[in-house]
Amino acid sequence: MKFDTPAGTNPIDAMKVIGQAVDRVDGKLKTTGQAPYAYEHGEVPAKPAYGYVIGAGIAKGRIASFHAEEARRMPGVLAIVSAENAQPLGKGNMNTAKLLGGPNVDHYHQALAVVVAESFEQARSAANAVRITYDRAQGRFDLAKAKPGAQPLTGNDADTHTGDFAGAFAAAPVQLDQTYTTPDQNHAMMEPFATIAWWEGDALSVWTSNQMIAWNKRELATTLQMPPEKVHVRSPFIGGGFGGKLFLRADAVMAALGAKACGRPVKIAMPRPLMLNNATHRPATIQRIRLGATKDGKLTAIGHESWSGDLPGGGPESATQQTKLLYAGANRLTALRLAELDLPEANAMRAPGEAPGLMALEIAIDEMAEKLAMDPVKFRVLNDTQVDPENPKRPFSQRNFVRCLEDGAARFGWNRRNAKPAQVREGRWLIGMGVAAAFRNNLNMTSAARVRLAGDGTVTVETDMTDIGTGSYTIIAQTAAEMMGLPVEKVRVKLGDSSFPVSAGSGGQWGANSATSGVYAACAKLRDMAAQRLGMDPAAVQFVDGEVRAGNRSAALAEAAKSGELVAEETMQWGDLGKKFQQSTFGAHFVEAAVDSYTGETRVRRMLAVCAAGRILNPKTARSQVIGAMTMGVGGALMEELAVDKRFGFFVNHDLAGYEVPVHADIPHQEVVFLDEADDKVSPMKAKGVGELGLCGVGAAVANAVYNATGVRVRDYPITLDKYLAKLPAIA
Amino acid sequence: MKAFTYERAKTPAAAAAAVAANKGAKFIAGGTNLLDLMKLEIETPTHLVDVQDLGLDRIEATKEGGLRIGTLVSNTALAADSRVRKDYGVLTRAIVAGASGQLRNKATTGGNLLQRTRCPYFYDTNQACNKRKPGSGCAAIGGFSRPLGVIGTSDACIATHPSDMAIALRVLDAAVETVDASGKTRSVPIGEFHRLPGDTPHLENVLQPGELITAVTLPKPLGGRHFYHKVRDRASYAFALVSVAAVLNEDGSGRVAFGGVAPKPWRVEAADAQLRNGAAATAKTAFAEARPTHENAFKVTLAERTLAALIAENQA
Repeated sequence: MKFDTPAGTNPIDAMKVIGQAVDRVDGKLKTTGQAPYAYEHGEVPAKPAYGYVIGAGIAKGRIASFHAEEARRMPGVLAIVSAENAQPLGKGNMNTAKLLGGPNVDHYHQALAVVVAESFEQARSAANAVRITYDRAQGRFDLAKAKPGAQPLTGNDADTHTGDFAGAFAAAPVQLDQTYTTPDQNHAMMEPFATIAWWEGDALSVWTSNQMIAWNKRELATTLQMPPEKVHVRSPFIGGGFGGKLFLRADAVMAALGAKACGRPVKIAMPRPLMLNNATHRPATIQRIRLGATKDGKLTAIGHESWSGDLPGGGPESATQQTKLLYAGANRLTALRLAELDLPEANAMRAPGEAPGLMALEIAIDEMAEKLAMDPVKFRVLNDTQVDPENPKRPFSQRNFVRCLEDGAARFGWNRRNAKPAQVREGRWLIGMGVAAAFRNNLNMTSAARVRLAGDGTVTVETDMTDIGTGSYTIIAQTAAEMMGLPVEKVRVKLGDSSFPVSAGSGGQWGANSATSGVYAACAKLRDMAAQRLGMDPAAVQFVDGEVRAGNRSAALAEAAKSGELVAEETMQWGDLGKKFQQSTFGAHFVEAAVDSYTGETRVRRMLAVCAAGRILNPKTARSQVIGAMTMGVGGALMEELAVDKRFGFFVNHDLAGYEVPVHADIPHQEVVFLDEADDKVSPMKAKGVGELGLCGVGAAVANAVYNATGVRVRDYPITLDKYLAKLPAIA
Repeated sequence: MKAFTYERAKTPAAAAAAVAANKGAKFIAGGTNLLDLMKLEIETPTHLVDVQDLGLDRIEATKEGGLRIGTLVSNTALAADSRVRKDYGVLTRAIVAGASGQLRNKATTGGNLLQRTRCPYFYDTNQACNKRKPGSGCAAIGGFSRPLGVIGTSDACIATHPSDMAIALRVLDAAVETVDASGKTRSVPIGEFHRLPGDTPHLENVLQPGELITAVTLPKPLGGRHFYHKVRDRASYAFALVSVAAVLNEDGSGRVAFGGVAPKPWRVEAADAQLRNGAAATAKTAFAEARPTHENAFKVTLAERTLAALIAENQA
């Protein structure tokens, strides 16, 4: 099925199941510990051995010597695989650094070997007995130092120029020119990278934890230089990914190599202290923003430049993405610059581009509003656009940004905010409010599904879509239930298996809309098949309450499969509506923060997000996504930072004691409001994503609230107390 | 983790003798810190002597009017004890500011004093660390030093002691009771228990090989108002950037100790004498010899401002 014209009325519009706050269909499995995660699967042909990965002890250089003799003789050791004795390996298209290093070392904690033993403890102990010496090479670890040599990019990341930015900025009566920084961040998902791998002849099977099954299968085949059809990947339950599990990582490759070497299944879970340098992270940015406005608050010039770094061959953090689309203004400039750094691999983390981009842009907008003596909500409303500002002939498919701001302001009590900072006190606490825009583009990805109607009237959906804690199982069950006129209980959903049709997978907040659209397409086909089987006109049937009805005829849906299971497989493909219309999601974040006037400790006291993201497929799981994202945004605003050792080139705080994320005590009541929308230009589901939207802008809303509370503007994230303590108002 | 042998001692003196007799031996109580360090091979004992059967898990009144806290009293039990809550509030407040409920259930009084630093370079065995491997150097100096010490440090080590409980014990002038392999006991004032690093940062306290902590004693109640304020980058479950333990009287006099700033609980008696002159005067004396890095110089300001908050609260 190809979606190339705006959706008319379709069976989803009944919204008997879709749009309802259905409990997670996998909730009971998860809360009772019965949902097996990658490391826990028992469905393995033989008792697994345990692998322990050895990470490089330097950031850049070469292995000078590798001594594994003592380790090989240790109790229980079955195999030690390193570049010296591994088969020749390829490198996946989506990996920047090799997943097995040696003799060259590309980054700190790059996997150099795996030790396989009968028990986890034996493997770990033997891994510690492997002695590796290195010849260190000079590396580049400091983004600020590398910035002058950073290079422009091409394609989607090329510079954009609209009108005459330089002239308009120079002529603007009110100007802002500021630089902001965001740090390297880690996904810090709860479940570590983990895989159980085994070989049957030349075929490889893995239980793993990965967001993108088809990518994982292809990249595993590329890396191991084998045909993809010999690789079977399964990842039915995933304990969080946030983009860290989009790509094949060392756990799967090393488990496969270990399993081959010892002739047994091998299981590996990456230890947390190894993960933060071994795997990918969101790279730090330096962002310069220049805004020019008329005295009455119309933006005339918008310039946003961003610098980030990555290993040679890597990519930039596209932090200027939202700036192309968020506000009106005739003269515009965006530019990305990429420096080569020898830190661990930079890559996607939840809302790549927009998350750090809005952390900077939305402080700049707050600063400009203050220069204009204008309320920051009003300033944003005044500069709204209904068309792509770089291409005014191209409208947004739907854009209710202004309503998000105005509804949010009314609900939050924004009119109680004192525009003059550092004026509101409650005892020791300085109180402030902040607002920021949320913006994230909608992306659609090709997505297929297979649906089966059984003789008992139940429907089974099979697709390689993943559920990374987002609620995919539930919204897919709701989609099939709505399409087939069944209650959710009559639908079984099977996900995360590479033997199933290839879906959109989970990433870029494209999963919900794309994967349910694939299920919609397959169900549309199944409806036709069922109607035909029942001798009804497919164009005239309705599927309601377990029955198929046409005119005055009706039959139980189960009847259609009485003489044999009906199986329909279909792929949703996308036409050019995404080109004709800019498809994006919008929101507004409101935050009230309190700062201890003595110690500088910040506590977020209230948070509100108002989101406009098309049809909300399940308000319960969608809300869960947004409150999780708001929590992540508080972390990014106030505490999360991978601390770079610029001499030795590694993230020093590489465990969850050092890399702090919010705890319950950091998070107050969070309110989430979804505008009642349906966007007919994005898909038959009329839905868009919310999982990343919820994060976009939160950091700046917190930053702006801290400024409003204290009068101290911090432009370097995270906003830790050491950056403003000495500038706080005098203590009594 | 290296393979090790294990025994459960029956008496304190037998435990001390077992450890004294074996160079690779260590005591284990709650294990909340030691086991983590063993997994990372930062600690590599070849023999563990488990002290949990020694019965040292009671809190008793002393004839001086104070309390004797058995070394095996859990952090949870100590913080919850009604006598401690009534007369030594600073101790309860400090304990509950640390770790998590689960860890405090396992962590013991003696073990808390023997926690090792949370310096990230100490935790990464690829990095030079004089505390982990004497003579190897200190990668933290010149590196990521924001969480590390500002005073009492040396050119060999800038790590801090992570305990909250110990800061309160220092302000209370507690003493540490021990027994050695020969059965000889002694009592060490808490201020003399932890050592400054100098050029031997691997030696963190005055215990001799095999010497076992049996109890911590508190002198008779001090009166005054008890405060413990721990400042960190998140609201809970993190080590202190700075913590301040104070016992303040109505007239503004009192005593104060600082955590998160030094290799031991930081108390300067001359600074106590400045409390009536305010936080700035007190901090100036307490931190006169501070030598922070550019990343952690804020801790000196933070210590002063946190103390100011407590003084203001005492006056309110």
